[in-house]
Amino acid sequence: MSLTNEHIKQRLADKFGDQVSGFEESFGVLSFIAPKELNLKVMQFLFDDEELRFRFLTDLTAVHYPDRSGEELAVVYHLYNFQDRVRLRFKVYTATAAPQVFTATALYESANWMERETYDFFGVDFVGHPNLKRILNVDEMTYFPMRKEFPLEDPLRVDKDDEMFGR
Amino acid sequence: MSEQQNIQLPEGSIERQTTTLNLGPTHPATHGVFQNILEMDGERIVSTVSTVGYIHRAFEKIAERRPYYQITPLTDRLNYCSAPINNLGWHLTVEKLLGIQVPKRVDYLRIIIMELARITDHLICNGVMGVDTGAFTGFLYLMKYRELVYEIYEEICGSRLTTNIGRVGGFERNFTPAAFEKLHRFLEEYPKALKEFETLMTRNRIFMERTQGVGGISAERAMSYGFTGPNLRAAGVDYDVRVAHPYCSYEEFEFSVPVGSTGDCYDRFMVRNAEMWESLSIIRQVLEKLKNEPADVYHADVPAYYLPDKSDVYTKMEALIYHFKIVMGESDILPGELYHAVEGANGELGFYLISDGGRSPYRLHFRRPCFIYYQAYPELVKGAMLSDAIICLSSLNLIAGELDA
Repeated sequence: MSLTNEHIKQRLADKFGDQVSGFEESFGVLSFIAPKELNLKVMQFLFDDEELRFRFLTDLTAVHYPDRSGEELAVVYHLYNFQDRVRLRFKVYTATAAPQVFTATALYESANWMERETYDFFGVDFVGHPNLKRILNVDEMTYFPMRKEFPLEDPLRVDKDDEMFGR
Repeated sequence: MSEQQNIQLPEGSIERQTTTLNLGPTHPATHGVFQNILEMDGERIVSTVSTVGYIHRAFEKIAERRPYYQITPLTDRLNYCSAPINNLGWHLTVEKLLGIQVPKRVDYLRIIIMELARITDHLICNGVMGVDTGAFTGFLYLMKYRELVYEIYEEICGSRLTTNIGRVGGFERNFTPAAFEKLHRFLEEYPKALKEFETLMTRNRIFMERTQGVGGISAERAMSYGFTGPNLRAAGVDYDVRVAHPYCSYEEFEFSVPVGSTGDCYDRFMVRNAEMWESLSIIRQVLEKLKNEPADVYHADVPAYYLPDKSDVYTKMEALIYHFKIVMGESDILPGELYHAVEGANGELGFYLISDGGRSPYRLHFRRPCFIYYQAYPELVKGAMLSDAIICLSSLNLIAGELDA
């Protein structure tokens, strides 16, 4: 039996009720949001359930939305089911003021470095991580460079004075 | 003369004493700037701490400021041994976001390029495994054929290593007859060389002793560590993105997915070798299918996204306008969020792209296979000999460029 997005959604709604929300399907991948306190419970359920079997963490990263106050950081998990070949996207939101999210290292070994990378660039504090320190940047850095408050200069910016360029 | 003082060692310390040994950074046998701090008990590795080195190039950040086209040169600097796969993977992601349908012939030409890239990547990796066990011959012998493939790239896009091959919607220009000639020459000569390389390595006593039972990992652990590609298949998991989530019409071609059983260095070597044969077979099938396709089609008809021909840009106003619009990123990009994966030469290469409708991605994340499975290295070498640490590293096919993004 192949696993449909509809069925996954149903199973999640049955188990967690209205705590999981924001279901949407974009380009064939089901995506949903859970409260950050529940991230491990949701993943454990997806991992253990004999029908769902999402036992592979494909990818873990974060996205910074400076305009969403109270939930500026989204931690995005891409889970995969090897038997039915289904992908799933799952997000938890957290505030930059309190960026604590539970670590998934107990469930997936691969989460270790991916969480370190996410911490390094976005400052998500993974609670319970065995070795949460920077991985690609130097330890002395005090800021998190992938956040939107550190923009690069736009080479094609439109705010240049046109008169100066004869336009 | 005073009585000679012997150094007093604590009880049993000779057995317990360990040595710290730095393998790398920039050790001739490690790749890139990895540092592995080994805790050695004699010649046996007790534990390892791995550092990938601060070689961060901020690709993801740069991508947030660049129009979609200008992100292509960032991608081929990830896994530079098989740059075209990265390029085409990115183009496929953008096409998926924009909903562009490409003609069949473009799909087929892309498969040729991607399989050639896979072969070059594997031949370097397997050749280097030979070097790391003390056999330089195989590496030198196969290098010649990478050169042939690079000549094919050169014929198609003008560059060799960081190819920047292809465009959103297809290729920059049609494949020339010379490109096909070179491809035929490669298909004719390479199998003989590969056969010879296999004869040299696979039943070689020294090579077998050095690799069998070294760096083994179970299927379960490999999955937990996020292994993909040949490294996962060597552990016995039959997962290949080309089969599981076909792209570029891969579903039309017959090929088997080689799997190993023990997940040790020897299995990884054998899986890569077998994959090269499969790639050759795929290219032959593609050439057969190409005969039924119109020979002048090499891109989709999407003027808003496909860069016009340079000769048109210099002579036609319309083409110049389109060129500017695309390069300056003024074409409409739909908002959307997607994850697209291709089977890179060393694992699943994923692109997680969030577009807010702006000129550049709101967020682009590369899932680099090397970064994810290098963290399994301490487990692979635990309890092994020092010399095994080297062969474990090369059998994982780590490319330093792929560690950061």
